[in-house]
This record gives sequence, structure tokens and C-alpha cells, in this order.
Amino acid sequence: MQHVDRRDFLKLAGVAGVTFTAGLFAGRPASAQAGTDFHFVQFSDTHWGYSGAANPDAEHTLEKAVATVNGLASQPDFIVFTGDLTHTTEDGKERRARMKRFREIVSELRVKDVRFMPGEHDASLDKGEAFKEFFGATHYTFDHKGVHFIALDNVSDSAAKLGDEQLAWLAADLKQRKPDDQIIVLTHRPLFDLKPDWDWTTADGAKAIELLMPYKNVVVLYGHIHQENHHMTGHIAHHAAKSLIFPLPAPGSQPKRAPLPYDAAMPGLGTRDVTVAQKVSLVELPVTKS
Amino acid sequence: MKRRVMLALLIGSATGGAVRLWAAEQPVEIKISAKKFEYHPNKVTTKVGQPIVLVLTSQDRIHGFKMPDFGLRTDIVPGQETRVSLTPDKAGSFTFFCDVFCGDGHEDMDGTLVVEA
Repeated sequence: MQHVDRRDFLKLAGVAGVTFTAGLFAGRPASAQAGTDFHFVQFSDTHWGYSGAANPDAEHTLEKAVATVNGLASQPDFIVFTGDLTHTTEDGKERRARMKRFREIVSELRVKDVRFMPGEHDASLDKGEAFKEFFGATHYTFDHKGVHFIALDNVSDSAAKLGDEQLAWLAADLKQRKPDDQIIVLTHRPLFDLKPDWDWTTADGAKAIELLMPYKNVVVLYGHIHQENHHMTGHIAHHAAKSLIFPLPAPGSQPKRAPLPYDAAMPGLGTRDVTVAQKVSLVELPVTKS
Repeated sequence: MKRRVMLALLIGSATGGAVRLWAAEQPVEIKISAKKFEYHPNKVTTKVGQPIVLVLTSQDRIHGFKMPDFGLRTDIVPGQETRVSLTPDKAGSFTFFCDVFCGDGHEDMDGTLVVEA
């Protein structure tokens, strides 16, 4: 199978970390398999502009991740960034300067089909205004080789809501889908209540999950919590990605959600290769030192 | 106020001890002020069964106040008092935090309600 070959190659190349494979598209019809397998890469929480003890290498981490992905022998079909592209600032001019520099760095990616989404650091202080200037819409859909992607914005409202208007938009989009369509949802914050007292939730995320429940093959990829996390709400799988700035503690593992101490080997940082075949496979791509 | 005390005394005489209970259930107001990126005070203490009213104000912008353990959340809007009533039914330390993103430091804006047995 194609995804196994790629995973093995990544391991042989010394690039890949732990592989997470599950029957995430258990109901994917055989008719969807032939010639349609593909893979893409998820970046998340790059926080360009952050400066602090949690990552003394912050000015170079994103560049290293770009180099890592550019070094993959099998280049992904496309790349998604699931939010917090930049670290927040109240200065609108500085916010735009950070977005400009971020865009320059990621323009070095060999793959040119790149999709961006906002995190609260990008969009919550100005309702997504600067983000839209640089990266376009904050929620949208696209299709790739038979898989329907839905990017949801749960950050432009500073109260972490999708909002009724976007939920209606989601409902209208889903009405056009068949029950066994393959759907990958991209969000920044978790749609479910992962850790409400750390604010790791979406205020009205349950409404989105309810809309998605009738569909058999749904996977949600998100960021925000700066670590891998795998969770099921019914048959819907939710997978959080690592960040590229600093790791946060496992939910409830310490009193506060403060960043974990810096480790020069950066074991908690990285991007993720997502292969869509009969199953969806996740291969973590750590940031390399050089 | 005199009428309320008299009513309580009357009830107390009829029920044998209800006066103390009535007095104990008077809500205690606790003022909490919010600003980027802190609450003041950030630690407040009460007792199980003691009704409290949190009187929330903001010194700068809209903040949030969320305490999932008691199912509470509200916006705190500058220029007005936001009052939240609560009678804790369990002892422990419970986190409250800002759930309206307010800038670089938002993630550290939290506090603790200590409920003594």
C-alpha cells in the first residue's frame, strides 16, 4: 500500500517519528482507492514573532521545518497550516509585519499549493482583518482526489465561537455530501471539550460535531494545544498536531497550561505527514537540528 | 431591612432555629477586577453552601470569566458591573479564567476559587 511504503521510506531516511495509523476512514469505499491515494503535510502553531525562554531558537524553527518538508523524497500534494501562523501582538502594523515575514519564509516550500487558516493569535484581536489581507478567507472548502476538506474558523470570534452564520454555512455544505463521502475537517481549536478549564474547546463546537455525525468518514485535524492528541467523538476521529514553537503539557498533567521547559533537541516540535488511502496514516516529522 | 429581620425572627420562632440558617444564607459579595492579563484578586475563598455574588468589572477591554466546574461563564464589559451568583456545593480549588482572547498574556489570565468544607 502506498502509505506504508512512504512511511517506511521516511523511517529509513531518519526523518519520521512515531507513526499513528488507525482505521480513520474505515468506511471509505473501495471505489475511492484506485489511483487516488495521496498525502499532504500539516503545519500548526508556528507562532512567528514569538520571543521567549520557551524557544530560544524561535527565529529559526520554522525555517528548519520548511527545510525538513522540502527534503521529503515524496513531496506532498499540498500543505495546510492550521492556525497561529504568527504570535499575537496588539500593534496592527507589527502583526502585518509578522505575517509578511511568515509568508516569505513559507514561500520557500517546494510545494506551492498551500492552504492557510487562522489561530486566535492571528485573528482574535482584529476579527481576522489582517489575516484576510495576507491569506484570504478564514473558512472555506476544497476538494482533492475525492476527499472533501472543510476549513472552519473558530478563532476570529475572540470568544472561540464558530457562530451561527458559519454553522449554517457548514450545514449547507454538508447537505451536498453523501453519507459515505470522505471528509477532512481542519480547525485550529478542538471542536470537542478536550480540557475546558484550560480553554481547550470551542464554545459551540458541539453543534459542528452534531452536523458532522451523519457522515461515516470524518476526520478532524487541528492544532492549538501544541502536542499530539487523539480522541474520538463517536466515529469521528480528532487529531491534534504538534507545534513549531513550544510544546504544552498533556491535558491536566500539571496545574497550569504553561509551556514545557525548552529542550534543545526540540522533541516536542514538528510537522505531520498525512496519508489518505484506505486508511489515514499520520507520520510525525520532527524538526531537525540543522 | 428591619422588616426582613422581623420576618426572619418570626420564621425562626415558628421553625425553631431557622433564623441562623436564614442569616447564613445571605449572599456575600466578592469584587473581582479584570485587566490585561490578570484578575484582582486572583484567589478568593468561601465555604460550601455559602451563597456568593461575584461582582466583576473590567479596567480596560472585554474579558471573559469562565469557571467550568460550576458551569459559569460571562463577558466582563468595561463600564458596568457583571454580577454572577453561585452557591458552591462542593469543596476544593476551582479555576476561573478569561475565555475572550485579549492578547499576549491571555493564556496566563486566571484565578482560583477556594471552597472550604
